[in-house]
Amino acid sequence: MKQLGKLLPLTAIIFLLTGCGELNLTALDPQGPVAQMQLSLIKLSLYIMIIVIVVVFAIFAYVLWRYREKPGDTHIPKQVEGSKTLEIIWTTIPVLLLIVLAVPNVMDTFTLANVEADENSITVKVTAHQFWWEFEYPDHNVIAGQDMYIPTDTKIIVQLEASDVMHSFWVPALAGKQDNVPGITNEMWLEAEHPGVYKGKCTELCGEGHWLMDFRVIAVEPDKFDKWATNMGEPEQEPATQLAETGREVFQASCIACHAVGGVGGNPVAGGPDLTNFGEREVIAGFLEFNDENLEKWLRYPAETKPGNTMPAFNHLDDSEMEALIEYMKGLKVLD
Amino acid sequence: MSNSQALKKSVLWDWLTTVDHKKIGIMYLVAGAFFFVLGGLEAMIIRAQLMFPELNIVSAQAFNELITMHGTTMIFLAAMPLLFGFMNFIVPLQIGARDVAFPFLNSLGFWLFLFGGILLNLSWFFGGAPDAGWTAYVPLSSAEYAGTGLDYYVLGLQISGAGTLIGGINFLVTIITMRAPGMTMMKMPLFTWSSFVSSALILFAFPALTVGLFLLMFERLFGANYFIVEAGGNVVIWQHLFWIFGHPEVYILILPAFGIFSEVLSTFSKKRLFGYSAMVFATLIIGFLGFMVWAHHMFTVGMGPVANAIFAVATMAIAVPTGIKIFNWLFTLWGGRIKFTTANLFALGFIPSFVLGGVTGVMLATSAANYQFHDTYFVVAHFHYVIIGGVVFGLFAGTFYWWPKIFGYMLNETLGKWFFWLFFIGFHLTFFVQHFLGLMGMPRRVASYLDGQGLNDLNFISTIGAFFMAVAFVILLVNIFVARNDKAVADPWDGRTLEWATPTPVPEYNFAQTPVARELDALWYEKMQGNKKLPVAEPLGEIHMPNGSILPIIMSLGLFIASFGFIYATYWVSVIGLGLTLGCMVVRSVKEDHGYHIPVEEIKQDKEVG
Repeated sequence: MKQLGKLLPLTAIIFLLTGCGELNLTALDPQGPVAQMQLSLIKLSLYIMIIVIVVVFAIFAYVLWRYREKPGDTHIPKQVEGSKTLEIIWTTIPVLLLIVLAVPNVMDTFTLANVEADENSITVKVTAHQFWWEFEYPDHNVIAGQDMYIPTDTKIIVQLEASDVMHSFWVPALAGKQDNVPGITNEMWLEAEHPGVYKGKCTELCGEGHWLMDFRVIAVEPDKFDKWATNMGEPEQEPATQLAETGREVFQASCIACHAVGGVGGNPVAGGPDLTNFGEREVIAGFLEFNDENLEKWLRYPAETKPGNTMPAFNHLDDSEMEALIEYMKGLKVLD
Repeated sequence: MSNSQALKKSVLWDWLTTVDHKKIGIMYLVAGAFFFVLGGLEAMIIRAQLMFPELNIVSAQAFNELITMHGTTMIFLAAMPLLFGFMNFIVPLQIGARDVAFPFLNSLGFWLFLFGGILLNLSWFFGGAPDAGWTAYVPLSSAEYAGTGLDYYVLGLQISGAGTLIGGINFLVTIITMRAPGMTMMKMPLFTWSSFVSSALILFAFPALTVGLFLLMFERLFGANYFIVEAGGNVVIWQHLFWIFGHPEVYILILPAFGIFSEVLSTFSKKRLFGYSAMVFATLIIGFLGFMVWAHHMFTVGMGPVANAIFAVATMAIAVPTGIKIFNWLFTLWGGRIKFTTANLFALGFIPSFVLGGVTGVMLATSAANYQFHDTYFVVAHFHYVIIGGVVFGLFAGTFYWWPKIFGYMLNETLGKWFFWLFFIGFHLTFFVQHFLGLMGMPRRVASYLDGQGLNDLNFISTIGAFFMAVAFVILLVNIFVARNDKAVADPWDGRTLEWATPTPVPEYNFAQTPVARELDALWYEKMQGNKKLPVAEPLGEIHMPNGSILPIIMSLGLFIASFGFIYATYWVSVIGLGLTLGCMVVRSVKEDHGYHIPVEEIKQDKEVG
């Protein structure tokens, strides 16, 4: 007890110093109605539990202090059998406390399972692969990789599937997770209140690259989303520079068999993420800061950079080819 | 040694062939401690890797193997055997019996566990350990995605699981049939009661695991198909099978620990257990409900809101009998004379720790909120609070409490208290902060985490706490070594139950004359009546004892060898191994073995020496 007394403030201080974690990642600072509902439930359960903790710890501390063995004390305590009244009290009160928690929980569980479409809602089919994410927009006939664009203030119905092993789709700031299970389509919904970039993670152990299987949910105003969705469905634009044009040739010789751009190329079975809007990514391969150096590192040494992924190495490209390829890939944008 | 035949045995042969529940108990404790150290070292590497962001002390692959082996080792090869060690040594003594009901099976259970554990750990040297988590979810654990490590997992756990099942049945029969006269079920010590309920859970839970492992084995080794989606299989079935076993397993572990706390708190507050019958029924209810809640591990797998809501409410219900237990312990202490021995410190430290683990359990049971908690460090924090704060504290309390009876010497109390405080502080430091890490966006089973996500500080603190626990454990080992000359008396704690009525060291036959238990806390009752000795149920006479046997170890070895044949598809090896096992079974069946008798003179001699 004494030691707990010392420990709790200590951790509380540390907790204050570190805050609630990183904005747009932490579940403690919700950015949409689903995460808000879940945080309120967490808080409700926490308050009820604090009541329990306070009662137990108080009795515990009192008993330890009051009935500790004092020097020279050799009396034999009275051998009490028990008390029916007390048993009834500490059976009934917890039952009541649990009902207070169980009722809103059952209601929320059903609310969260309500994936019926409304007039504005859009559907995103999320397929998880070792170790990347594919986002398909059936209403717009668009496929995107790694970045999940959504319009703000719109109910997003998320359909979850997996192509290989189990994964789990978690965007803490927007909604709790559901699993991507091979052979089964799970559904959940989420909504973002403000434009922003929300970090998502895979939360089901899926192999070597599990810890790097991050993605982004990018919430934009609805009209910007419409522009994005329209442009994603268009064929690729001509590269702006001669260098990029050369890069495109390299891309078509080396990359297009697995990665689609503007609806051309790719491989639905063994392929990698769609790269139509690659130039607008914040990160490469889900985690590397977006710059030329990292992109080259990723293209030349993918296995060392993100262990377990299936991209072949393109270390045979010479420097000029690599430079052109990078120039081309950086120019793959749909929102300019 | 008490007969001419035994005198000829060497010490090693004696231990290899023993069917004495006390020696088997000690072997369980030693083997369990070995695996506990192994699992602890794995934990230290895990925490070292997570001390700072983006560390690469071990590769992601090695990390996945470490977390898998840490969990599997700690649950199956450390916590369970250590509890089995105490159950083996103590339960027959507590019920006034001379041995367990099936001494031969008892030995077989131990050797199966040990060979299964060794087999599993040999995977480190032959192509890598299993890497799909201790839950081994398909398809990650299937032949397509996992190497031979998972073959070692399915075979190692089947062998050691068979041993556990045998042990569970043995305890059930022992407790039902071998209680001393007068000891009705409702006069049994709580540790015996909880061992009984725990054994019943083993009986019903382990077959589910065996079935799951069996299916996975046939899929991996013989091309059967149960979980492969492309061929019409279903991956969620594995999760159901695993958790139908896996959730009761939690109670299989915690109930005996509850029993230990009940004994220790009662002994060191010098009071009988408050609300004994409520405690017994709470234990039974927890055991029963333990089977009704497995799917709360699967809230996010897509079972739908109806199933999620039902399993959520059922899970919350378990908090009620658990709360009953906590309050009864508090009121056992109430009005007592509390002595702060190391054993009791662990029992007392358990109460706040387990309450914290329990309340996060209810929070996790809240299905709609669970979508945030699930598979994050919040869960890691929760189950370490219940497993360390409950099971491991129970094991340490039991260690200090029963050490004098089992090993004949007293552990040092000063070192014991250092051990307790360092461990206690380290434990809370390690795991308390992990609740927040989970909510701040850190999934579990990640080989590392990226810098700049607000996760660095708490991970650093957590690792520091883990170092505290490691240092504390070293102090325990030092204690065991330095205290070895401090000879113990038969009843050092002024005990209440029958094990303290036996001499130390406990003779092979436990009780020269079977005692009569007249009340709950039979020994304490006689002490209070002013009786120096327990009443006995029989005159001093010859004692019939079972013979030792080398067969259990050979049978286990046979399965061990057969497993290699299966893993490497060299089936003639399997045939030899299985032949060895079956051959031993035949020998055991046809060879008559009537045991032997310890003559009265020898018992008298022992008594005089004692």
